Amino acid sequence: MGHQVMNEKVIFEYSQPGRGATDQWPQAVPEATDVPAALRRRSAPMLPEVSELEAVRHFTRLSQLNFSIDTHFYPLGSCTMKYNPKACNQYAMLPEFLARHPLGPESHGQGFLACMYELQEMLKEVTGMQGVSLTPMAGAHGEFAGVAMIRAYHRARGDLARNEIIVPEAAHGTNPATATMCGCVVREIAVGEDGDVDLEALQAAVGPKTAGIMLTNPSTLGVFERRIEDVARIVHAAGGLLYYDGANLNAILGKVRPGDMGFDVIHMNLHKTFSTPHGGGGPGAGAVGVSARLMPFLPIPIVGKDGERYRWLSEADLPQSIGRLSAFMGNAGVLLRAYIYMRLLGREGMAQVGEFATLNANYMLARLRTAGFEAAYPQRRASHEFIITLKRQARELNVTAMDFAKRLLDHGFHAPTTYFPLLVPECLLIEPTETESKDVLDAFIEALVHIQREAEEEPEHVRAAPHTMPVRRLDDVRAAKQLDLTWKPKPPGSTDPSLAELPA
Amino acid sequence: MAFIPHTERDVAQMLAAIGVSSIEQLFEEIPANLRIKSLAGVPTALNEMEIGRLMSARAKADGRPLCFIGAGAYEHHIPSAVWAITTRGEFYSAYTPYQAEASQGTLQLLYEYQSMIASLTGMQVSNASLYDGASAVAEACLMAVRANRKSKSQRILVPTTVHPHYRKVAAATAGNQGLRFEEVPYCTAEGRTIVEALGKYDGQDISALVIQQPNFFGVLEDVDALTDWARARHIFVIAVVNPTSLAMLKPPGEWGANGVDIAVGDGQPLGVPLSSGGPYFGFIATRMEHVRQLPGRIVGRTVDLSGRSGFTLTLQAREQHIRRAKATSNICTNQGLLVTAATIYMSIMGPQGLERVAAASHARTRELVTALSRVKGVRTAFTSPCFHEAVLLFDRPIAPVLKSLEGHGVLGGLNLAEHYPELGPALLVCATETKTAEDIDAYARALTEAMKAARAA
Repeated sequence: MGHQVMNEKVIFEYSQPGRGATDQWPQAVPEATDVPAALRRRSAPMLPEVSELEAVRHFTRLSQLNFSIDTHFYPLGSCTMKYNPKACNQYAMLPEFLARHPLGPESHGQGFLACMYELQEMLKEVTGMQGVSLTPMAGAHGEFAGVAMIRAYHRARGDLARNEIIVPEAAHGTNPATATMCGCVVREIAVGEDGDVDLEALQAAVGPKTAGIMLTNPSTLGVFERRIEDVARIVHAAGGLLYYDGANLNAILGKVRPGDMGFDVIHMNLHKTFSTPHGGGGPGAGAVGVSARLMPFLPIPIVGKDGERYRWLSEADLPQSIGRLSAFMGNAGVLLRAYIYMRLLGREGMAQVGEFATLNANYMLARLRTAGFEAAYPQRRASHEFIITLKRQARELNVTAMDFAKRLLDHGFHAPTTYFPLLVPECLLIEPTETESKDVLDAFIEALVHIQREAEEEPEHVRAAPHTMPVRRLDDVRAAKQLDLTWKPKPPGSTDPSLAELPA
Repeated sequence: MAFIPHTERDVAQMLAAIGVSSIEQLFEEIPANLRIKSLAGVPTALNEMEIGRLMSARAKADGRPLCFIGAGAYEHHIPSAVWAITTRGEFYSAYTPYQAEASQGTLQLLYEYQSMIASLTGMQVSNASLYDGASAVAEACLMAVRANRKSKSQRILVPTTVHPHYRKVAAATAGNQGLRFEEVPYCTAEGRTIVEALGKYDGQDISALVIQQPNFFGVLEDVDALTDWARARHIFVIAVVNPTSLAMLKPPGEWGANGVDIAVGDGQPLGVPLSSGGPYFGFIATRMEHVRQLPGRIVGRTVDLSGRSGFTLTLQAREQHIRRAKATSNICTNQGLLVTAATIYMSIMGPQGLERVAAASHARTRELVTALSRVKGVRTAFTSPCFHEAVLLFDRPIAPVLKSLEGHGVLGGLNLAEHYPELGPALLVCATETKTAEDIDAYARALTEAMKAARAA
């Protein structure tokens, strides 16, 4: 194995006045005389002055400091870190697609629009919804669109008092945050000991102010909400609507559809279930699907089809739309990748996704339980993910879920999601996805078993992990208190004490 | 086809370990009546060779016409290195850097990005990105209402010269929380907002004023006067700026006597392809005193247990996964990969390269405007100075002319009939450094013929 990059200077520290990738610059032009001096910039911005090779080397080295799906198993619960097929990127980046202007005429976009229209149709089919808009740019953005549609629906009926959104206590933080952004009031309800929504608590919570309920199914607890039809009945009987958070759609893809469970509106995280890249924190795509009664409220634009021609549907076609949520049509290039992925899988591949994601999760859960780890919901089948709780290790060994997570990094595995859901103490939420082989799962299980033994014999070593990463545990308190959010040139002659301590 | 690696033997061993006889049994908790009967609406699978053929055919059908449309999305040269590195799996297939020790690459890059955006806008701090320019305006308005403690009204003044789609997104997003947007008309001769138009708001409780520079018409607003007017009245100023222009134009941090409160914009011009409108990214920068009101991720530099410098997500107490219903925004995933591209782009172009791009784009647009306004029936709309975009007025309806230009392989610009009918037949045109003198000639010739044909018809 070659030299491992362990640290890399900040790019500004490579900067030399007068250096630059001059081959990339356009020809100089005479200074514009028509821009008044008062409106001009007086001093140049602080951008790096480096050669092209210096930039290439710097950013390539930075990339090597990351874990990623392409390099490491990444069982981050609730994030569906499955393989991102290279073909999806390659064919979404064909030059004509990249060059297409968002406001270009439909006559120069029939190929692109055909992909978008077919993507809408396929998403309707796999979710059982009646209409789809692709425009939301992330899961939380899709949630916003969904709750805004629920509000618009009640308003259009003159039902103005309905401003409460019911959210189970185990929900993603984006659910209550979204409800607030839509001007709603959040009402949290309890989850029963078996992981299902407490129907009595739900019955007591619904009423004339209920706008709707936001549910993830399978829930964030990694189990399928078995009484979903009762939930739907109770909420609908009270005049509310059901919102499906599609974060966990991968678990049921090809097996059961939110539309058939009674949901009125859903968002799909295309960067999870449909394998578009996570990109170090985006871009995502949060397409929304709706039942017939919410179709008039879908966000614009949507792709329509007249005969053999594809065209944009806008305000004129959907006068009751909640409106426009992005400057153009959302994350078009991400949508192309999702389209290619869905065509590669086809209906036969689609049916396998939920099956093998579930098989992998249940296999890991079974083996970890055999090895002595405690499942949070032992009486339940796992969905595509599951929770183990390390509360015993925390209590008896003073080794926490965070310590296990950090030590996993030393074993070459990205950590699972930690401390979420908040309901389960010292938890790891583990989602293997269908694209991982049994060999990888076995190696991960062995690593956890090894760490457990280490926690018993050498707990301080686990508590101090990681030991092999570019940095050790970081001082988050200092990060928040002594804010250093931008690089500043050091005064001449001074040295950075933190860099001076770097090992040779 | 689903990229599933399992052999039959694997499956048998795994089922045995679980203690079930089939994969089907794992779904026993799902009520039987809910199970999917068919996915007939999804086509059967294609292999990679077949999808390659299909996508190539569709891309070819769309072609690559000569494009003079801007209006918030700009074609610029992108160095090959930008996307060669951005699409490396280590950036492309990583996620939000929750495990800082295993994500130093992404985190350090975001810190470098925040530094560049802060400097480019002349502000003190930047977050790690928002979805796009339009949603950034919406988030800035919500932020201004939270941060402006001198105002209770939630009224936001938005000039008509702000991108019409940005105005719509702001209303659709922030309207749900009770924000009210009031339009400030512009001077139709100058194509810009005049301070006198704000006089009627004197003495009223206003939360923020949005100023776009250059505005939607490409015209330069009198940003100093507008900023000073607002700040003297405790009204927050939200600047909406084109990042390329900031290599030439005064940054928002220097507008008026003391600079603006929040600067936002779309980062697309910084190395992101047009790609039918996305993915792009939004940027947002502010004064240090408002950092806790910023939405989205922020990266900070700190030290590790050994005192070594390192990077981590910080100020997370603002965010949805901690604060839930009280978070500054519901944003979670943002546009990390595009920020990666933009950071590499800004590093390769450097201050001089970016200044050259701005100057060349501006010069090309002036040449374009000169060439097109020589055509009979075409004239420039406004007297004020512009940056790299301009409005032309026509003596006849635009739509047929644009259709005719398309026949010559030219996308002539954006017809303003829908959003600015008061201008009469008006066309928004843009040229960047990617257009040559020959391209501009080709457009002018095509326009001459199109106008001739239109007159004859």
